[in-house]
Amino acid sequence: MPDTIYRAAAPDTVRTAELDAFTAIYHRASGITHLVTSPAPEILAMLGGGGLTRAALLARLAADFDLPDGDEGALAARLDELVAAGLVSAS
Amino acid sequence: MRHVFSVRVGPVGFRVGSDWRAPIAQLETLYAGYPKPEVPDFSVRLFAARPWRRFLRPSVMIGGDFVLPEAAPLPLAQGLLAAEMGMNLQMALGQRRYLLLHASAVERDGRVLLMTGHSGSGKSTLAALLSRRGWRLMGDEFALIDPETGLAHAFPRLVSLKNAAIAVVQAAASNARFGPLLAETPKGAIRHLVPDADAVAAMDRPATPALLLFPSYGHAAAVREVPESEVFVRLTQASTNYVALGERGFSALTGLVKAIPARAIDYPDTESAVAQVDALWGGL
Repeated sequence: MPDTIYRAAAPDTVRTAELDAFTAIYHRASGITHLVTSPAPEILAMLGGGGLTRAALLARLAADFDLPDGDEGALAARLDELVAAGLVSAS
Repeated sequence: MRHVFSVRVGPVGFRVGSDWRAPIAQLETLYAGYPKPEVPDFSVRLFAARPWRRFLRPSVMIGGDFVLPEAAPLPLAQGLLAAEMGMNLQMALGQRRYLLLHASAVERDGRVLLMTGHSGSGKSTLAALLSRRGWRLMGDEFALIDPETGLAHAFPRLVSLKNAAIAVVQAAASNARFGPLLAETPKGAIRHLVPDADAVAAMDRPATPALLLFPSYGHAAAVREVPESEVFVRLTQASTNYVALGERGFSALTGLVKAIPARAIDYPDTESAVAQVDALWGGL
């Protein structure tokens, strides 16, 4: 079975606004506003419309942000939250 | 209903029907300088909890297009308060044209100072005092933000002064018109201040928001810059219709947060607060 690909919600399905250290994201389908902070905006940017597997995403995040060992669990939890919020799709 | 009153406050028309004459007579007196709406946007009904309660220990139930099922009746002596609460309730639950912020607003030179905070923060008191010092009162309860333009629209209903604020504003505005003193309401003592004629005459003129304050009464004077993310969260909580407006609410609120500076001010007395407002306004 191929690995699950995670994709950020299409740009026309959300509205975003940068608010100092936070990003407000309005999710059109649910009408819910999410106020997120790092690493959620970075995860969304990396996934984009093309998508990545979970392993590839975590590897790129670790490389880009020089993450110490042991943070993979936290990053995976953030990814799952974004899926639950509808801001990331998994297929 | 037996007795009917209608009024337009800013862009919003109200029709108030009542089983009793007294609250309608008070509304007619206090809103004497206001225009009548062409078509009311909202209806409020003041009715007896039971038919005999119209005469025997009369108690006023608040009804209308939008109601809170658990709202308790008020004694007839507080019928004016019931009418004002009913009008506020229609706005809070039914307004869809504007983003509604639970905030007071005053204007000077075409720019608007918004003040928001919990009940008791002093936003009504400060708006009333500033309106005696050259500012135009735009409203003490709701600021109406137009999602299309970002402009603040006035909603200068009667200013609701509570408890200690009554004496403070009466001392500063001895020639102003006030409603009857309503003692022992669910919110304590309440007395309504009638906005001055200039505020009513100019109520159809929107203006550009320029500064947002979060006043907090009862502390040593202090000013704190409030970051955008905190302003956004606090204003979503201060808005009664942010969720209902959907994407228009998001645009209006993020636009406002990005456009104007925000400060939290602590103040020990109203003189200090007015001085803080003058200093912050002068520094814009």
